[in-house]
Amino acid sequence: MRQAARRSEDPLQTAREPAGRTDLRIAIGPIQYFWPRAEVERFYENLAGRAPMVVYLGETVCSKRRELGRDDWLAIGRELAAAGHEVVVSTLSLIEAASELGACRRWVENGEFTVEANDMSAIHYLAERKLPFVAGPGVNLYNHLAVDYLSRLGMFRMVLPVELGRIQLTSLVEHLRAAGSSVPEIEYHAWGRLPLAWSARCFTARAVGRGKDQCRFECLKHPDGQRVATREGEEFLNLNGVQVQSAAIQDLAPRAGELAASGVRLLRLYPQPDRFDDVIDRFEAALAGKPVPLSGGSIEGYWLNQPGISAAGPSQ
Amino acid sequence: MKLVCPAGSLPALIEAVDNGADAVYLGFRDTTNARAFPGLNFSPKDLARGLEHARANDCRIFLALNTYPTCEKLGQAFDAVDRASDLGADALIIAELAVLEYAATHYPDLRRHLSVQGSATTSAALAFYREQFGISRAVLPRVLALQQVEHLARTAPVELEVFAFGSLCIMVEGRCQLSSFATGKSPNCDGVCSPPEAVAWDETPEGRSVRLNGLLIDRFAPNERAGYPTVCKGRYRLGDRTLHALEEPVSLNTLDLLPKLAACGVTAVKIEGRQRSPAYVGAVTRIWRQAIDRLGRCDAPPSEPEWHETLSGLSEGSQVTLGPYQRAWQ
Repeated sequence: MRQAARRSEDPLQTAREPAGRTDLRIAIGPIQYFWPRAEVERFYENLAGRAPMVVYLGETVCSKRRELGRDDWLAIGRELAAAGHEVVVSTLSLIEAASELGACRRWVENGEFTVEANDMSAIHYLAERKLPFVAGPGVNLYNHLAVDYLSRLGMFRMVLPVELGRIQLTSLVEHLRAAGSSVPEIEYHAWGRLPLAWSARCFTARAVGRGKDQCRFECLKHPDGQRVATREGEEFLNLNGVQVQSAAIQDLAPRAGELAASGVRLLRLYPQPDRFDDVIDRFEAALAGKPVPLSGGSIEGYWLNQPGISAAGPSQ
Repeated sequence: MKLVCPAGSLPALIEAVDNGADAVYLGFRDTTNARAFPGLNFSPKDLARGLEHARANDCRIFLALNTYPTCEKLGQAFDAVDRASDLGADALIIAELAVLEYAATHYPDLRRHLSVQGSATTSAALAFYREQFGISRAVLPRVLALQQVEHLARTAPVELEVFAFGSLCIMVEGRCQLSSFATGKSPNCDGVCSPPEAVAWDETPEGRSVRLNGLLIDRFAPNERAGYPTVCKGRYRLGDRTLHALEEPVSLNTLDLLPKLAACGVTAVKIEGRQRSPAYVGAVTRIWRQAIDRLGRCDAPPSEPEWHETLSGLSEGSQVTLGPYQRAWQ
């Protein structure tokens, strides 16, 4: 009953048309979870063999996750770049310690790869060095003047804030064009659990009665986080260290054509531990204009300017 | 050390001023500020009277214009900046780039404070806002440990204001989409967290339940104290347990940290609670005024036991915490 009530209704009543061949590109977001080093290497080795994509690398959630060091990430980046992928390194989303700020600055100064800035510290360093950059989902860009401001500082691509949907995106692009401003490449969260909040606290460690400083890398046990349900059993949130995500996956593959028509240029897919090849296959099919079925249990409310948790509707 | 106190209404403003606030922060009655709840905030007439009362008592007025306007709402936001300047506000509390730029360009002499909603946690982020928009102060998100605040106070290019007392947002402000995810209304876009129209209380055989847009956030036993249902303080299922998976209903109280905050060079402490009653604002302001006046005095303890008792009694769930200032909390 509640599930039905929250099922999203498309405010513009656009029928779900097959995408038609689009010029959308696939972008693989940074791994949000803590995986063993061998898993990470296997993951990117596999990606390297696929058709060219944009690939974001690095640890964006917790600075204590150090299965891979900076040199390891750069080595993976070189291999992906050699295989024809566009490589971007992503900075930490919530920077608290001086050591973390230093690491952020060193990513900015890596000298090889473009940087995705996930907070204003990174943008400050990038702007100082006049380097082009991507504004990640943690950078709050809600209107055309803010977008234009950062474009003038070097931003060439932005991941739309998660809570903005089609109506705001369309308006954003129209306002940018009307003002004669450049329109950055727009990237949109098309697959994966939504990043919803960040805290000083590690929720994964707290779940076993420990603090962040004594976490003993509890999150290694949860390769795609820990689901939190309401007391009635409705899937709600996902704990991932200091980050809180949606429990459900936001899946916009069936709406690829709509995304392209609204000005989106890149579809961001967030890595998951299992069957990620199938996910990419499905999006490649959607981009080639093939109809793709909706995945069960997914959400799409934000795109339709509904609460983010709104379930994806049945295919039309 | 300056004391910055909340006012959601004219009577609350008068309580804050009369009990010793150095500055009072408030918002217009619209979605240009992050406490856009029905019945709160200031009509033009109340604001004029409030300003007069503050002026007469050497108290500053800070206008919170700290939501993130989308393209359509920029006009309203810029208009709010104009009005705040016309009224003679002493500072604007702003989070968003376009609003900061507008204020810096049109009213360069009007002080700009970076709102906690601006999510700046480092000296580099503060330098960004300082260099781009000439901010003179920043309110820090409630995520830094005390040592990190102390370090930042040494390296920050602007004055720092930190949260001292009140409801504890446990997520980085300006980057929390929990309300948005559940209800479609967010602090960033709409100035609200858990908007009242999405909240539904219900007496059930299992206890008093509270829902947010239909989602069960918590259920309370007959004698249990029930707080306002924010997503971060609900009780949920995690595996086979039912628990406060994110945070208990507690409030922040840093009275014991005040000497250290003053010593490291923090400029101001901020009391949360524009949604609270005038009596609450008055009581909290009075205690914090006394505590600040004790700073540096050797002939009296930094705080009194009854101050703690009163503050605990006024707190959500009657429980207080040092929150993220204390590493064990994290």
